[in-house]
Amino acid sequence: MKIIYTDVLIIGGGLAGLRVATGVKERGHDAIILTLVPPKRSHSAAAQGGMQASLANSKMGEGDNEDVHFGDTIRGSDWGADQEVARMFVHCAPKAIRELAAWGVPWSRVQKGDRTAIINAQKVTITEKEEAHGLITARDFGGTKKWRTCYTSDGTGHSMLYAMDNKAHEKEVEIHERMEAISLITDNGRCYGTVARNLMTGELVAYVSKTTTVATGGYGRIYSVSTNAIICQGIGQALALETGIATLGNMEAIQFHPTAIVPVGILTTEGCRGDGGLLLDKDGYRFMPDYEPDKKELASRDVVSRRMTEHIRKGKGVKSRYGDHLWLDITNLGREHIEKNLREVKEICENFLGIDPAVSWIPVRPTQHYSMGGIRTKYTGESQTLKGLYSCGEAACWDLHGFNRLGGNSVSETVVAGMLVAEYISNFCDSPESSMQIHSSKIESALKCEKNKLEALLTKENGEDTYVLRRRMEEIMMDKVGIFRNEKDLQEAVDELEELLKRSKNIEVFRSKSRAANPALVNAYRTQKMLKVALTVAYGALLRQESRGAHSREDFPARDDENWLKRTITSWPDANQTMPSVSYEEIPVATMELPPGFRGYGQDLTKHHHETKMRLSTVEAVQKRLEEEGASRFEIQNALMPYLDKLPKKYRQINERLGENI
Amino acid sequence: MSEEKSPRTLKIDVLRYDPNDKNDFPHIERFEVLEADGMTLYIVLNEIREHLDNSLMFDFVCRAGICGSCSMLVNGRPTLACSTLTSKLDAHITLAPLPLFKLIKDLSIYTGEWMRYLNEHLETWIHAKEEVLNFDKLEERMDPALADEIYELDRCVECGCCVAGCGTIQMKPSFVGAVGLNKVARYHLDPRDKRSDEEYYELIGDENGVFGCMTLLGCEDVCPKDLPLQSKIAYLRRMMMKTALKN
Repeated sequence: MKIIYTDVLIIGGGLAGLRVATGVKERGHDAIILTLVPPKRSHSAAAQGGMQASLANSKMGEGDNEDVHFGDTIRGSDWGADQEVARMFVHCAPKAIRELAAWGVPWSRVQKGDRTAIINAQKVTITEKEEAHGLITARDFGGTKKWRTCYTSDGTGHSMLYAMDNKAHEKEVEIHERMEAISLITDNGRCYGTVARNLMTGELVAYVSKTTTVATGGYGRIYSVSTNAIICQGIGQALALETGIATLGNMEAIQFHPTAIVPVGILTTEGCRGDGGLLLDKDGYRFMPDYEPDKKELASRDVVSRRMTEHIRKGKGVKSRYGDHLWLDITNLGREHIEKNLREVKEICENFLGIDPAVSWIPVRPTQHYSMGGIRTKYTGESQTLKGLYSCGEAACWDLHGFNRLGGNSVSETVVAGMLVAEYISNFCDSPESSMQIHSSKIESALKCEKNKLEALLTKENGEDTYVLRRRMEEIMMDKVGIFRNEKDLQEAVDELEELLKRSKNIEVFRSKSRAANPALVNAYRTQKMLKVALTVAYGALLRQESRGAHSREDFPARDDENWLKRTITSWPDANQTMPSVSYEEIPVATMELPPGFRGYGQDLTKHHHETKMRLSTVEAVQKRLEEEGASRFEIQNALMPYLDKLPKKYRQINERLGENI
Repeated sequence: MSEEKSPRTLKIDVLRYDPNDKNDFPHIERFEVLEADGMTLYIVLNEIREHLDNSLMFDFVCRAGICGSCSMLVNGRPTLACSTLTSKLDAHITLAPLPLFKLIKDLSIYTGEWMRYLNEHLETWIHAKEEVLNFDKLEERMDPALADEIYELDRCVECGCCVAGCGTIQMKPSFVGAVGLNKVARYHLDPRDKRSDEEYYELIGDENGVFGCMTLLGCEDVCPKDLPLQSKIAYLRRMMMKTALKN
């Protein structure tokens, strides 16, 4: 029996996991990262377009600051986000990007003087300031008031991940590659690490730790078509669920990205539209201004995806053997711009479509892209219910994104959450209560339990075929838990998924019987876990009788704050349950800095919460009074919703900007 | 979307071996797959695994040519399988694992271990002068053209194709390869890295580094990211020669 002890165990080697690891190492704690793939191959690398941070260096970012970024994020979330978390995030994003700049990310920089850009299909000249020359520049993204998305060409995630992994090398973080966590070890209401399986040799190893952080990304692969890497299967969320103690938040909040290529579902970045690209229908007609005259192609992602789907339903899609699609036209940006700032997009078009996007339109349609839901945590990243279990990045729901994430806020969240959670974990590890009190027999029995499950899969006879269950699950999610949802489809989805889950207990791994490297065995145990995650998504969607952000119910088109301004909390207290347990957590209006309002898309159908009006008048009165007294924006913010005391001390300072706070 | 034609039957020969199985030995196994429109080797291999042999092992992560996981020999040439369209190949395709890296099983190889050693050995991170930096302040400025130039070299995905295509490494496994030399060129270019020319010389100024390269330049031919490996190796050579003569 192999047991490895450490202070801080991190499951997942993407941006969030790596940042936690370097942070705790700096504080003097041991850290081990378990990862399915070399960290540099994590899905973080696929983030193309950029990272939001309110630096306000570029001309079109002038006037940007934390307040504007905060407002965009909350509106984008359709008021589902935790506003204190959002404040912590927007305050730390400039620090995180500057840290990454020091660690080696070659952020694209401001070039002083005139340059040509495409805005709303028009060529315009932008004059960049002399004093901004050489600082980090930004591009436009959907749902933002300012150009705030910082980038390195369209390989932003790649450059960030490489810099972060290299930093982890420097800090001598231990990385155990191709080690898959298959269950969490818990005792007496606390998490003590994981049982992991070596994907090369099949060996089971117990990692026993003071804290365990799940940073495994999202669960897009429960859908048949997703922009996500194939390892984004929701296993981290399933591990938490299977403890019976930890909870998941807002699992039904699933983002569909407007522009993935057809048929394979590979992403083309929002930067295509941010830089001036257009969406066209089968007649070559630019339809978005008809639906969203104000933001057009750069409305929030959920909105654009819905409008595209509506337009296709009106018969305006382009027919193809893979179903209807629309066109993304970036030919107007010119070859030079595409080859410099959109080169991944160009390579993807060449390699997977055989077209040159400087000449031809790109076939696109909305495709599953991001999981707003995840392991429900406090602002510290710790599970609300299971001590010692932490989560951050896309895997978590702490809850920055509510029901819709803004483009550019995801990679930004990974590094900000990583740096904050590293501090909270370190504080815990510094405290006496972190010492471990778990009997070795508990660890042994956790190992044995997993060994037996694997043996059962390999020795079962006349069982179920994993692929049949897996493919059916993916189809159900795609067809019935998609962009537009309704009670009939969702009920059918839940019923059938529950049936599939029952059948999955009887999976047999056919033919491929190796106990070492064995893709069929991996597929079998992951599918069992994925079905539970799929059920939390479908069931949460069925129960939520309103439309909020990316959760859009045809039978309940209004956002209903009075009844649904709350988070869906799912758990799985008994392993024999065939459905998740569901409860709700109120999102209090009375403490909001930005009380619920209208997002500004389509018709305002909002059913307001009874406290909203009062909170709104309180906020307006405080703002008015303090402005008259000459208070700074920081003082006004602090009066409305103090949050700084929640941040680690080292991150509380005010951010410098050109022309502000210098 | 192209016109409907009668599809080809692809004959896929895969070099297979499971080092964990004492009774196994390296052998070629043939699979037949009906070609479909826009089919890539990612789709082919997954079809084989789902319908013909669920034990077939291979590595894909992003399946979009971004992460560098799926490098293998396609008809003897190192490349990324995910972005290889079958329509560009003959109907008879041979697939083999990338040589030189530890074999896990079938087409799956352990590049992570090799690349980690390389990165640790060459210390591929920014060596800053100041220990504690203040990130509340404006970031350090950088010339926009220089940032673009660094990004150009930063685009390496550590897929290992250049290693598999390298004649020198075949004879001298301790050679750092084009991937290593490109990384050194990248950090040498970066003003945030304060290492001196002499320190770089210590890293690569020998036959395991830039003077080991036999200039066969298979690396440049097979790099899926079209990195300027040839010119960067030549540049490093000149730079190292200058440093050697200076001292």
